[in-house]
Amino acid sequence: MRQWLKDVWEGFFTVLVGMRITWRHLFTRSVTLQYPSVKWPLPPKSRMRLFMKFEDCIGCGQCVRACPVACISMKTEKRPADAPPIWAASGQPIKLHVSAFDIDMSLCCYCNLCTYPCPTFCIYMTPDYEFATSNLTEHLYRFAKQDAQFLLEDPKKKAAAEAPPAAPSNPPASPAGA
Amino acid sequence: MDATYAFLVGLVPEIAGWPAWAIVAISAGLPALILFHFMALTPLVYVYGERKIAAFMQDRLGPMRVGPYGVLQTIADAIKLLFKEAIFPRGVDRKLFVIAPLLVNVGAFLPFVVIPWGARLQPADLNVGVFYVSAISAISTVGLIMAGWASNNKYALFGAMRSAAQIVSYEIPSLLIILIPVLIVGSLSLQDLTLAQQGGLQSWFLFRYFPIMPVAFVCFFVAALAETNRAPFDIPEAESELVAGFHTEYSGFFFSLFFLAEYTEMFVVSAVTSVLFLGGYLAPHPALQQLGPLPMGWFWLWFKAWSLVFVMMWLRWTLPRSRVDQLMYIAWKVLLPIALVLVVLVGGLVLVPATANGFPWDRYVGWPLTLLLVGFLLVVMIRALQWNRRRERELPYPGGAAPAAGQVAR
Repeated sequence: MRQWLKDVWEGFFTVLVGMRITWRHLFTRSVTLQYPSVKWPLPPKSRMRLFMKFEDCIGCGQCVRACPVACISMKTEKRPADAPPIWAASGQPIKLHVSAFDIDMSLCCYCNLCTYPCPTFCIYMTPDYEFATSNLTEHLYRFAKQDAQFLLEDPKKKAAAEAPPAAPSNPPASPAGA
Repeated sequence: MDATYAFLVGLVPEIAGWPAWAIVAISAGLPALILFHFMALTPLVYVYGERKIAAFMQDRLGPMRVGPYGVLQTIADAIKLLFKEAIFPRGVDRKLFVIAPLLVNVGAFLPFVVIPWGARLQPADLNVGVFYVSAISAISTVGLIMAGWASNNKYALFGAMRSAAQIVSYEIPSLLIILIPVLIVGSLSLQDLTLAQQGGLQSWFLFRYFPIMPVAFVCFFVAALAETNRAPFDIPEAESELVAGFHTEYSGFFFSLFFLAEYTEMFVVSAVTSVLFLGGYLAPHPALQQLGPLPMGWFWLWFKAWSLVFVMMWLRWTLPRSRVDQLMYIAWKVLLPIALVLVVLVGGLVLVPATANGFPWDRYVGWPLTLLLVGFLLVVMIRALQWNRRRERELPYPGGAAPAAGQVAR
């Protein structure tokens, strides 16, 4: 009888304990994120979809050689001698015409190795991670353009010409070994 | 019907001069129409509320996409259910298969005939009210067994058998506990049972014979919960053991009828519980019974029933499903002895001619007990909020602060 009463009381009391816990959580802020309208901030240096700025590419092919999975394919040919000289935004003259620059994102392993050797910083990772498609071939991104607007003068010379002439006579003190 | 007739005549005196058939049609048909629509549409609200409560208890948001805060979600679901094909698998007994969900609904809807929403706002004031409710709601068991048998499916039959065993077992303690208010009042009519609790909160049956009636209330609530086949007593449709129990083979409209019946039963059981123990349509204080010219009885019954429905949902998302043997243990070895002892005790106490309100201390118990309960809930709530704040400090969101709604993080 005593054990029975104890059992009944324990059954009732433990239900109350459980109800207290759910009651607590009733007022807890939800952890759900309404995904398409609200997104988590991405961590710095997150590596998502590759992008290549065609106007800055000098066709050196270092990214193609760096890629461990060979997802970048590139075709270059010499620019004709009579073509106007063009420059990349970082100042390198563009000597080669890039006729095809394809990145197959279905092969890409997001290692970021292609972006380091690029002398003009024209290939880089973007924070766009929502590019799922129903067709695998749609992951082949073609970056070569026919109507690219190249820089027709050397940006370094232009910057030097536009810079204010009052250059400091004594450069800021810097450590000798820097 | 007489009560409705009196109510309607009170509203429009010309009705008294109408021919008899018109009077019968309007005083029986109007409440039936109103109640049917009320009960057919409230499950939409119930399902939305249940999904939201479940979500909040699990730190989720619940339906958010269809309409503002997802309020149209259940309407979309209902439309989808109604337009889905009703599949009749090969081998089902088609006649019984169709009749079963209707029969379950009959058991769920007919108790509304006697539920009093006000002194005159009651479809029919039967003198066997409580008995009628428990008798008619037992019909749904027949419907469940019929559904299980007609489905020609082992899981459906298991579910039906379990529900029969469960409902028949729990009828006994619940009927015994129904006897307690009936012993005090000396009438089975729900109207009389309600009116016997007049005089504010302290004269509700919940606070009579102080330690006895709260125990009876808890026991009755548990038994009622089991009779509606709700969690934690939902073994007839235990999806982890039987696929979906008695409604495994049902789809579309007939499946939605089972849903309708379940939620209607929840409301009926809560309404009956509040009539028996919480004063039915009576306000916690007589001054709140009338809001200007508007009688508030319907609101109080609705409010009490909904509070109990909320507790049912709360329990559902708190407790795991009980085993079959535990279920039977609770019915036969816990509720039944307690109910018997309480009936005997109250039967003796009723004979004591102490005061008009039973025990001398009864009138002093109600308010302090309510204040204690409300204070307890407030303290628990405040502590829950503090706990949440501490928890959020200690467990920051990954990636710094949580972005505000509408902000697109880049």
